Amino acid sequence: MDWNFVIFSALKIIGVFSVLMFIVAYAVWIERKVSAAIQDRIGPNRFGIFGLLQPAADAIKAFLKEDYTPAHVRKVYFWLAPAIAVIPGILLTAVIPFGSNLGHQKMVIADLDVGVLYTFGIVSLGVYGIVLAGYAANSKYPFLGGMRSSAQLISYEIAMGLSAVAVFLVVGDLNLSHVVESQRHSLFDWLIFKQPLAFAIFVAAAFAETNRTPFDLPEAEQELAGGYNVEYSSMKFALFFMGEYANVTVASALMVTLFLGGWTLPFGVFQEPAAPDQFLVGLLHIGVFLAKTLAVLCTIIWVRWMWPRFRYDQLMDLGWRRFIPLALANVVVTAAVLWMTLE
Amino acid sequence: MSLPDILFYVFAAFAVLCGLLIVVNRNPVTSAMFLVLTIGSLAALFVLLNAFFLAAIQVLVYAGAVMVLFVFVIMLLDLKAEQRRKIKVFGVVGGLVSVGTILAIFVRSVLQTRPGAEPAAVTATGDTMSLGKMLFTQYLLPFEIVSVLLLVAMVGVILLSKKELK
Repeated sequence: MDWNFVIFSALKIIGVFSVLMFIVAYAVWIERKVSAAIQDRIGPNRFGIFGLLQPAADAIKAFLKEDYTPAHVRKVYFWLAPAIAVIPGILLTAVIPFGSNLGHQKMVIADLDVGVLYTFGIVSLGVYGIVLAGYAANSKYPFLGGMRSSAQLISYEIAMGLSAVAVFLVVGDLNLSHVVESQRHSLFDWLIFKQPLAFAIFVAAAFAETNRTPFDLPEAEQELAGGYNVEYSSMKFALFFMGEYANVTVASALMVTLFLGGWTLPFGVFQEPAAPDQFLVGLLHIGVFLAKTLAVLCTIIWVRWMWPRFRYDQLMDLGWRRFIPLALANVVVTAAVLWMTLE
Repeated sequence: MSLPDILFYVFAAFAVLCGLLIVVNRNPVTSAMFLVLTIGSLAALFVLLNAFFLAAIQVLVYAGAVMVLFVFVIMLLDLKAEQRRKIKVFGVVGGLVSVGTILAIFVRSVLQTRPGAEPAAVTATGDTMSLGKMLFTQYLLPFEIVSVLLLVAMVGVILLSKKELK
């Protein structure tokens, strides 16, 4: 067995996981601060400077609250569903290239040749957490909420996949590292400029897939009496939100990888992957990637407090009758243009 | 025994165990979830054979799409736990014959491999580019026939689900 490979992979997994969990914790803090600023409030400011320790307080509260299991639930699924809801977001980080090289190590946990298919495979498993939570609750509103949410996830997966197809037609490779490297030469190599329509559809679908406003029907407390998580309390309830924020973080990272040039910037040392002796450059690349991801994450949070929620029929209509035909047309046009230019 | 060998036995055993639990279980939703786990472990076996594309598609299509719809339908129909049925003679005979046939094929192929013989070297890398090229050149006709078949199925479903046709 190649011990080097095992040790470095373990280190990368631990590193990525801790960074992801850190971002998840502070995404909640950012969310609360941004919403407060937009609604002319102050937001959390009691624990730590600027309320920076608030995520720790929230976590302690969630753990110490009574973990109540209603008598009528299906116990096994009731316990499993919150865990299943968190897993996809964590698994998705495995194929995302979060930097170029550090020493001789490529800064991606698994450099898969089918990277993006893996991504969509795992994304499609995200439905189970929600559908099982609805089923486990064994009462009407959570069940209907679970059904509603999973129908939403299934619908937008198609649009998301189709919009990404056009990207891979342009790049000619499914490996996410190669997708990033194809965007490194100039700003207009970034796929957001080559495939603006695909980017627009991908962003909208990512909002729907991660249950964010304007598509956050799963948590429409006011008009639809909540969703799949109605019967949950304490840490189990918090796990659904950890899952959501992990998904949002990974979706931002994926947008950065596919459309916004990943760890590259169109100048200087950010154009080429770091050589084995350029340790600092490697670290800078990781920094660029994290900065871009955080910027996208903040935009997603910002949108939530600016937009109203879609009605359910509008959501379905938009997904099936607007995005899917548009994405299909985009694939056909891209393929035709590529074919013409190849001749 | 190297790591891939150990992993092979782990996932193979897991697949068989979950497959058994699909049949034994009386709750349709639980059966469906075990089928998802079986599909997952089969995907892991594909990975061990270097067929990454097949593994990803296995998860994406079967675990992610087909099984979700299965679970959906089961939940919406609100199927109760299945009743234990009386075992019929015909079922027993049919089952035994099919299991026996498959077992015979297995035993035959196991006996035909001489122990100690080197396994054939793995040549297929399972990379997507070559797979795509094969599908669109050498196997174009079967590929297109299958896609037309799927299209027909899709149109058929939409036709059937429309209550009244204008």
